[in-house]
This record gives sequence, structure tokens and C-alpha cells, in this order.
Amino acid sequence: MATGLFKEGIASGRLPAAQVADNFADLHPRLDRHEAVVEADRCYFCYDAPCMQACPTSIDIPLFIRQIATGNPLGSAKTILEQNILGGMCARVCPTETLCEEVCVREVAEGKPVQIGRLQRYATDVAMAQDKQFFPRAAPTGKKVAVVGAGPAGLACAHRLAVKGHDVTIYEAKPKSGGLNEYGIAAYKAVDGFAQAEVDYILAVGGITVKNGQAMGRDFTLSSLAETYDAVFLGMGLAGVNALGGEGEEASGVSNAVDFIAELRQASDLTSLPVGRRVVVLGGGMTAVDAAVQAKLLGAEEVTICYRRGKESMNASTYEQDLAAANGVTIRHWMQPKRIVGVNGATVGIELEYTTVADGRLVGTGETVTLAADQVFKAIGQSFDAAPLNGSGPKIALERGRIKVDADGRTSMGKVWAGGDCVADAREDLTVAAVAAGRDAAESMHRVLVTA
Amino acid sequence: MADLSSTFVGIKSPNPFWLASAPPTDKAYNVERAFKAGWGGVVWKTLGEEGPPVVNVNGPRYGAIWGADRRLLGLNNIELITDRDLYVNLREIKQVKKNWPDRALVVSLMVPCVEEAWKAILPLVEETEADGIELNFGCPHGMSERGMGAAVGQVPEYVEMVVRWCKANTRMPVITKLTPNISDIRKPARAAHAGGTDAVSLINTINSITGVNLDTFSPEPMIDGKGTHGGYCGPAVKPIAMNMVAEIARDPETAGLPISGIGGITTWRDAAEFMALGAGNVQVCTAAMTYGFKVVQEMIAGLEAWMDAKGHRTLSDVVGRATPNVTDWQYLNLNYVAKAKINQDLCIKCGRCHIACEDTSHQAITALVDGARHFEVMEEECVGCNLCVNVCPVENCITMEPLAAGALDKRTGEVVKPVYANWTTHPNNPSAQVAAE
Ligand SMILES: Cc1cc2nc3c(=O)[nH]c(=O)nc-3n(C[C@H](O)[C@H](O)[C@H](O)COP(=O)(O)OP(=O)(O)OC[C@H]3O[C@@H](n4cnc5c(N)ncnc54)[C@H](O)[C@@H]3O)c2cc1C
Ligand SMILES: Cc1cc2nc3c(=O)[nH]c(=O)nc-3n(C[C@H](O)[C@H](O)[C@H](O)COP(=O)(O)O)c2cc1C
Ligand code: SF4
Repeated sequence: MATGLFKEGIASGRLPAAQVADNFADLHPRLDRHEAVVEADRCYFCYDAPCMQACPTSIDIPLFIRQIATGNPLGSAKTILEQNILGGMCARVCPTETLCEEVCVREVAEGKPVQIGRLQRYATDVAMAQDKQFFPRAAPTGKKVAVVGAGPAGLACAHRLAVKGHDVTIYEAKPKSGGLNEYGIAAYKAVDGFAQAEVDYILAVGGITVKNGQAMGRDFTLSSLAETYDAVFLGMGLAGVNALGGEGEEASGVSNAVDFIAELRQASDLTSLPVGRRVVVLGGGMTAVDAAVQAKLLGAEEVTICYRRGKESMNASTYEQDLAAANGVTIRHWMQPKRIVGVNGATVGIELEYTTVADGRLVGTGETVTLAADQVFKAIGQSFDAAPLNGSGPKIALERGRIKVDADGRTSMGKVWAGGDCVADAREDLTVAAVAAGRDAAESMHRVLVTA
Repeated sequence: MADLSSTFVGIKSPNPFWLASAPPTDKAYNVERAFKAGWGGVVWKTLGEEGPPVVNVNGPRYGAIWGADRRLLGLNNIELITDRDLYVNLREIKQVKKNWPDRALVVSLMVPCVEEAWKAILPLVEETEADGIELNFGCPHGMSERGMGAAVGQVPEYVEMVVRWCKANTRMPVITKLTPNISDIRKPARAAHAGGTDAVSLINTINSITGVNLDTFSPEPMIDGKGTHGGYCGPAVKPIAMNMVAEIARDPETAGLPISGIGGITTWRDAAEFMALGAGNVQVCTAAMTYGFKVVQEMIAGLEAWMDAKGHRTLSDVVGRATPNVTDWQYLNLNYVAKAKINQDLCIKCGRCHIACEDTSHQAITALVDGARHFEVMEEECVGCNLCVNVCPVENCITMEPLAAGALDKRTGEVVKPVYANWTTHPNNPSAQVAAE
């Protein structure tokens, strides 16, 4: 029987441990001091810098880069963390090619932006290695705030509130904090347990208690929080996953890309993690790319992303698409799943229908193709699960399936704010956007709390 | 093909690139390698008088400043003159000259400021058949504390006296090397000229402290916690050196005095600029110390290519060509009006021109036009200072465009006059008004 790479079906140990370790190494290795200084020197210190405008957390990028250039990485880290306490994770996961680096004048001039993300990582790494805390807490206000969800939005909110002198309790359903930083981000973007290290760094500010394994809707209710606390922040992310609506979805071998990634992120030994020989990923976003690339890195022989529209509609950035291609992932467009082909309950293939746009609507052409596949990952989007809002559900208004908030992050319910992926606002579902939302909601809560 | 051969105070060399008196010319081994690499000549590392040689410090001799990528921008040293035995040096000089008859070999000298000392050493040098001598009146550290080097170079009377002694006691051409650590470089040049020197060479190194260690509070380079002002050289000193060369070249009192240009020369272009300002040849130290002797190959090829492109056949077509264009501020044409112009196709919108002009100049560059990020010069505010050009990271994006005679200067509301007019006749000049009354 074939072993390793060519084992049929879904199997672990496709690649030697050393190869797996190498595959999952840091996507962008850290810059050393000299590299950072040289790269920092490329920054023009623009007036009213476009990069700063493009950053959802408005980090003063020219200033922090200049501080690196002048040998003050701690000062640089402070500049970053002042605006974005998760600046370390953002430095690793932000799609900088569509944010700050996209508008860098050097990108415009020569197609080679200043590597802002890597510089940000350099500075924040220096500060975190020294466990340097920059923001002492203000005098206690006596106010108590509950935060639901210890993802980027919740952590950013909690940190800012703690700095302002409020006491914060975070309720987090999962055993570990960090949200998708811990369970979702591709492994090669946050190596060496960075997500937990960052959580510890953030919590070191003091005044924040985290209760893990506490799920709203199961262990407590929103109304109970609203009664007990002076204010509540909801940063619950997107707990639901969109369904395929195709035939055979229940076959073994079909699963959610986010679950696969979460399992991968939590695996203590990646060689023990099974993956198909032939993998098909359905979707066109960051999750699809992350699942496909990581399946490939685990040793899947053939990985294909199937997306129902054209390249230009894909949510994954060009950079992410190139990353997939560079790792040997095939991306196919204009096809949607029709049926999972199963034999004895196990997946052996997927039948897809070609699509086209007719009268502005996406329609199937009738023509189909069947791809061999032992494993199919669904990455067709996550959705907000409103059920945990339970008793108070009716009181919190939703909008496009997510929590409705005003410009300050306030929900329709008194004392309750929300931010991050779980809200309906114009911001994209990005770590950095969640940080901005959490931070801004904290500022709004603070304004209310100190006048109350 | 341009002819780079050079004759400087009668000394011939296949090209005008000499190595300055310094570590690269300290011994036969180095000089042989330099000649093999293509250097036209060398000035041997400064010799002192007979007897036990000087001693150098046994710790760092160099300090430096760097660009972000450790490009060496300026070097500083506290090395003294040669610490090798006089007779070993003389033997080597004689042998090297014999091996390389077509290359220039000049011997740098520094002995106490008494005629006997010079009388004693000159015949020894003559015996080597070296092509000439260079008087080191420049070394700014150590030797100057002993009444030599810059201690002589800073007193024009001493310069003249020593040059005179040398001229009286040797048939060899005498080049007087000047220290820049003096407020008016023309004074020692005039003195050397009066003493009969065949040429001056400049600059020697500039008194400097390259840095302070903020942990130990000691200046760099640091020897056991202490430092002293060393001599600064390398690319950073080039503008200072070029001005000094030009000042001597255009001084009527020293007109025609050959100049060997030194200070920060790193590329063919640097050399061409020095020569255009009046240097007959050039000497190089730091560039060789940074990159090795091979750099001369770029200098030779680059100078040749430029001369060919411009139709300059020999060095004499180049030497001194810029000298007449160096003038005093008071003679600059005040009727010359230029305005900055930003090429919108090249502009990358960094906004540096705007903030420089806005915060520190004349508020003449827009930041927003119709709500969009747009940088454009407002001619009615622009004084033509050129700051924006210098801070713009894109070459040729901002240019200075002269207004033609007859055009309206929107800032002053006056029409540009076709005639030359300078400060000496300007109505705001009190002296000019006195003259007019
Ligand atoms: C696979 C994948 C890859 C991604 N890659 C990137 C990337 O590279 N770069 C990038 O910028 N963004 C990326 N994103 C998006 C990014 O991770 C999210 O936008 C971001 O994490 C949102 O933060 P959040 O705090 O709103 O939600 P989350 O990170 O989802 O955190 C929500 C937290 O709330 C908890 N929670 C949920 N319900 C309850 C409840 N009822 N009671 C208590 N706790 C609850 C959850 O357990 C979780 O810890 C990716 C997303 C996915 C899915
Ligand atoms: C380490 C060092 C030692 C030097 N020693 C001498 C010397 O002995 N005699 C001398 O005339 N100049 C000496 N100089 C000065 C150089 O000859 C030269 O004038 C100066 O470095 C400027 O040229 P550059 O910018 O090309 O280096 C020395 C310079 C350096 C860096
Ligand atoms: S030349 Fe000077 S005054 Fe004119 S726009 Fe440029 S910086 Fe401003």
C-alpha cells in the first residue's frame, strides 16, 4: 500500500516531521536590527502619510518607522501599541498589500513599498521580548465592564478600558483566549505560540479577569450581564458557518475550513493531523486560501480551490492568491458545488457546475465536472450566530444578520456596545478592524461611564 | 579616446589618481599592490626624522559615521605619521620607484620646525630618486602637540619659512599639504606660494569627534575611556575640501599655483569636480581604505567615459574650467528669477516638499487641491529657494525653471529684467546708496 504522500484517503504523516516544521515556519521571518534600520531608512516620512490613513487603527507609521531608524525600537513600539494594542499580531496578519503598504508612496513610485508590517513586527517584538508595558492604569474608577469574547475586538476593548481605570471581566467560550488569532489565523503567520504570548502581554496591564469556558447563552445571559455590570461589550465574532446547500454534504470528508484550521492550530504535532491526498476547497476568501495552503503544506498531493465567480471577485488579495499558487494550490473559477460523490459514506469526489453571470445574476450553465477529492473544505463564509443573545435577543437590533451599532459602537440595547466581526458596519472582517472597533467602543464606553 | 596622462609640477603619471599619504601608502607591499591595481601615483606615508619612530595608540585609531546601510560616510583617525624605521622606508621607496618608473612617487615629510632637521632628511629622500616631496603641515592630532603638522600649517609665517628651507635644500619639487583647520585657507596657501612652493595639496583631515558613547560618556574613537579629536575624511568632507580648493584657485595672489585636490574623493565624478575647480590632479585615501585599491579602475574608466562623451581630450581641457564661475555672493545676479515646478507625472505624493516649504520656507506648495492630495507650486509665493527640490525623494520631479526676461514674477509683481544686476548696485544696499549719492 502506498505510504506518505501517496496514501489514499485522509491520512496523517504524509510528510516527514522536519519537512512539516519547515513548511510551517514563519511566513515572513523577522527582520534583524540592521535589516530593520535599512528598511526604515526607505521611509520618506511623508507629510499626512497615506499609510496612516489606510491603517484602520491609524497608527502613526512614519513616526514609528523613524523611531526604528534612530535606534529607539521601544519608543516605536509605544507609538504602535498606543493605537493598536494588538500591533504585534496585526504586523503578522494584516493584508498590508491592501492596507498601508498599498498606498505607500514607494509602492506608487517603484512597486516596492516600505515593509511596514515587518517593521511593525520588529518594534513590537523588541517590546514584547522585554515585556515592556507602556500604559499604566489610571486611578480606579470603580466601574465594572463585561466583555464577551476574547478575540481581537474584545481584547482591544478590555485593554483600553483597563487603562482608563475600569475593571473588566472577559467571558470567553473557548478554553483559550485570542479568538481567531488562536483558532483561525494561518499557522505560518503566527508561529511560536505568538497568539497566547500576546494575550498574556495584553492582560499584563492588570485589571482584566478572563473567564474561559464561559459561553453566553449557555452559562449566562446578556441580560444578567447588563444587570451586574456598568457596561457590556460584545465581541463574539462569527460563530456560524454558511452551509453548502448541496447534496451529500454530510459525507465524512466534508468539513468546515475554519474547523480544519482550528484543529490544525491546536495540534501539538502536525504530522499526526490527517489530510486528504486530493483536497478541494470551496470559497474565494482568506479562509479558503489558508485552508488550501495549509492542506498543501501538510502534504496533500493535489489541492484545488473552486470559486464560483471570477478572479476579480475573490476576497483573497492578489498577494494571498499568489501565495496559494506559489505553494502549488490550483485555483479554479466559475464553478459551484453540486454534489459530493461518496462511496460508503466516504468522499471520493465532488461534482461542480460551471457558472456564468446572466442578467447580473450568477447562474449555473448546466455543464458539470467531477473532481476527485477525499476531502472537501467549505470556506463559503461565516455568519453571526444570534442565538446566544437569547432572552435579550429581541432587544438587540440586527442588521444584515449581524449586530447593529451606531458610529460609537453602541447597540440598540442600553449599556451594551459591540464591535468586530459580529457587527454590521462598513469595516472589513479583519483583525485590525476588530481592534479598531474594540478600542473605539472602549473610548465611547469610557465617556459614558465617567459621566454616569 | 581621452588621454588621462598627467603631469603635475613636472611629475608624470599615467593618470591623475594618486593615493594620499596615509596607511595605503605605508610600505612597499601596499604601494606595489596599488600600482598593480592602476593607481597613477602615491604620496608615501609621512616620514619623520631619524631615530626611534613615533608610536601609535594600541587601541582603535578610527571613528566613523555611516548611512543606514552602513555606507561609510565619514572616517576619523588618530593615527600619527609612519611608525616604521626611516631607513626601512627609504630603502623600500627606492626599490618601488625602480620597479615602477612610470608612476609618480612622492615622499611626505614631517620633521621638527628647525632648518637642520629638514637639511638632514632632504638628501636622504633625494637619494631614493623619488619624484618629489610633500610637506605634511596638516596632521591635526598628536604631531601638532609636538610643534609639527597642523601646528606649522596654522601659522602662515612658519609655512613660508619651512617651504623656503626645503626649496633651498633640494632640487625636488615641493608640494605643501595644507590643513583645513584654519579659518582662511588662502593665508597658508599664499605663504607657501611666497616661500616658493611648487604646489599645494589639500585638504588634510578636519578636527572631529565622530560620536559619543552614551553608556560610558566617552568620545569615539575611545581609548580606555578617553578620546581625542581625530582627523575627519571621506565623502562627508568633500564639499568643504572643494570650497578650499576653489578659494585658492580663484585667489589672484596664488593664481596659477598647481593644486593637488584631496578630500572625500570616492568616484570619477568627485575627481572631475575637484579638477574642474582647479585641481591639477587628485589624491585619495578613504575610498581606498573603504573599498580597496580596485576603486581606481572605476575612477579611470568613469573619467575617460565622461571626457569622451564631452569631447575633452586631455586633463588640461578640464582643469580649472569651473574656477571662473566661483564668485562672491555680492556678484550673483539678482535679476535671475527661478520658480520650482513639480512634474505631476513623476510626483509620488509623499508631501515632503509641501511640509518643508510650509513649515520652514515660504508656504508656496499646496497639499490639497479640490479636496484631493495634490502638490503644486504657487508661483505667487515661491521665492525659488530650491529647498523642495532638495527634499524631494524623486530625482528631477521638481525642477527650478528660470523665468525668461520680460516674464512676470507673480510673487513680486515685477517683470524680469533682461540685465544683470547684483547687490553692489542694489538700492537696499547701504553701501551702494552711499556710492550713488
Ligand atoms: C481562517 C481565517 C483566517 C483569517 N485570516 C486573517 C488574516 O490573515 N488577517 C486578518 O486581518 N484577518 C484574518 N481573518 C479575520 C480575523 O480573524 C477576524 O476579522 C477577527 O478575528 C475578528 O475579531 P473578533 O474579535 O471580532 O472575533 P473573533 O476573533 O472571532 O473572536 C470572537 C471570540 O468570541 C468568542 N465567542 C463567540 N461566541 C461567544 C459566546 N456566546 N460567549 C462567549 N464567547 C463567545 C469566540 O470564542 C472568540 O474567542 C481570518 C479569519 C478566518 C476565519
Ligand atoms: C588613517 C589616516 C592616516 C593619515 N595619515 C596621514 C599622514 O601620515 N600624512 C598626511 O599627509 N596625511 C595623512 N592622512 C590624511 C590623508 O592623506 C588625506 O589628506 C585625508 O584622508 C583626506 O582624503 P580622503 O577624504 O580621500 O581620505 C591620513 C588619513 C588617514 C585616514
Ligand atoms: S523653491 Fe522654495 S519657496 Fe519655492 S516652492 Fe520650493 S521650497 Fe517653496
